[in-house]
Amino acid sequence: MIHKYIFRDEYIVMDINSGAVHVVDPVVYDALDYISGSDYSHDQVRKALEGRYSAEDIDEALYEINELISQEMLFTEDEVDRKLFDEKQPVVKAMCLHVAHDCNMNCAYCFGDKGAFEGIRCLMSAETGKRAIDFLIENSGSRHNLEVDFFGGEPLMNFDVVKELVEYGREQEKIHGKNIRFTITTNGVLLNQEKIDYIDENMVNVILSIDGRPEVNDRMRKTVNGRGTYDIITKNYKNFIKKRQDRQYYVRGTFTRYNLDFADDVKHLLDQGFANVSVEPVVTSEQFDYSLRDSDTDAILGEYDRLSDMYIDYAMHGMPFRFFHFNVDLNQGPCVIKRVSGCGAGTEYVAISPEGDIYPCHQFVGNKLFLLGNIFDDKFENRLFDTFNQAHIYNKKDCSECWARFYCSGGCHANAYHTNGDIMKPYRLGCAMERKRLECAIGIQAYLAEHLQEGV
Amino acid sequence: MKKIKTIARF
Repeated sequence: MIHKYIFRDEYIVMDINSGAVHVVDPVVYDALDYISGSDYSHDQVRKALEGRYSAEDIDEALYEINELISQEMLFTEDEVDRKLFDEKQPVVKAMCLHVAHDCNMNCAYCFGDKGAFEGIRCLMSAETGKRAIDFLIENSGSRHNLEVDFFGGEPLMNFDVVKELVEYGREQEKIHGKNIRFTITTNGVLLNQEKIDYIDENMVNVILSIDGRPEVNDRMRKTVNGRGTYDIITKNYKNFIKKRQDRQYYVRGTFTRYNLDFADDVKHLLDQGFANVSVEPVVTSEQFDYSLRDSDTDAILGEYDRLSDMYIDYAMHGMPFRFFHFNVDLNQGPCVIKRVSGCGAGTEYVAISPEGDIYPCHQFVGNKLFLLGNIFDDKFENRLFDTFNQAHIYNKKDCSECWARFYCSGGCHANAYHTNGDIMKPYRLGCAMERKRLECAIGIQAYLAEHLQEGV
Repeated sequence: MKKIKTIARF
């Protein structure tokens, strides 16, 4: 299987099963319309292309295509061993700690029920948090590197517990020979200098929520008193990056039907000095005015083109920035197991509620259909392990036929469930966006490789 | 002149 497309003036061909990516001449690009493997008819291709290209060009193109086929870089077979997934053992390596089911903001699109997650507003106790870290270590098998994410609600509303848990994690990792990497997501309202210093020192990645332009942010992201948050959080985030410098963080926004021109929000965030930016599509019921619809698809995909142009323009002028979805490691990236099985929700990643309830992922918290147990139970038996373990790209019909499958890895289970009621049925608009982002990401790399050394 | 440039090579 191959996928080919034109990005600006680059003709790009992807070999899906090997991951090879080629930039080709138009004659090769057109010849591939008549080839689906090694046993094609040269005469048929020559005949189809005569008049458009010289016989010499066509022969050269076919020679190079044959070379790539023989080197297993074009029309390669899928050789992933499916048994790897049947034999996978339950091991947990990443955990999202909901340290606060409460929030000092009232964002219109919040999937967490404004912090309450369909339950009562409460904070996680230090005792529960410590038990959660014990639970992670107990269930981590031979994994050395473990991830603990502080999330909510708003985790800064329970910051003393966050600090206590980091200290506890540091003690326990020494005892058990593990390495715990802490991360945090915040809405920024309580991000004062003391917290900035602590977070900078202790968190390997930090997600700072902001939607972009002031009017865009303040339309959706308000305090509980109904006031916009842009001025408060922008000031706090600027203080944070002054301390953070170029170490890992992202400012992360959500775009809705109200700002389908979200490339302007990325630009605004760059203008504020934030070099690592992500804007993500809202996923919610169509009953809300701000939800994205199938009818918005063309506008959204066009906006990713506009964002690509901006990305290239900044890079060509010596001001590169990082856009989350354009960071594709073409030469290595995740191992093939991860490419096939995806994010690990419900298998090696779990989320823990303030009461210690265990869910497959932070987006399933509060949905009792997905309750897996409690960290204070005598033993953790993940009753949905097989369900999530088998929800990989070979078992999802839409994914098994999709050229993007080894990059997107099956998409988000929660988005599939919330839009189609089934984790096996991917969110269609999400798929269209992911394919477009991949085309842009790979196209950008091809374009910059060709043009960057030439200068502006 | 080569007609294919491989920029990445699961």
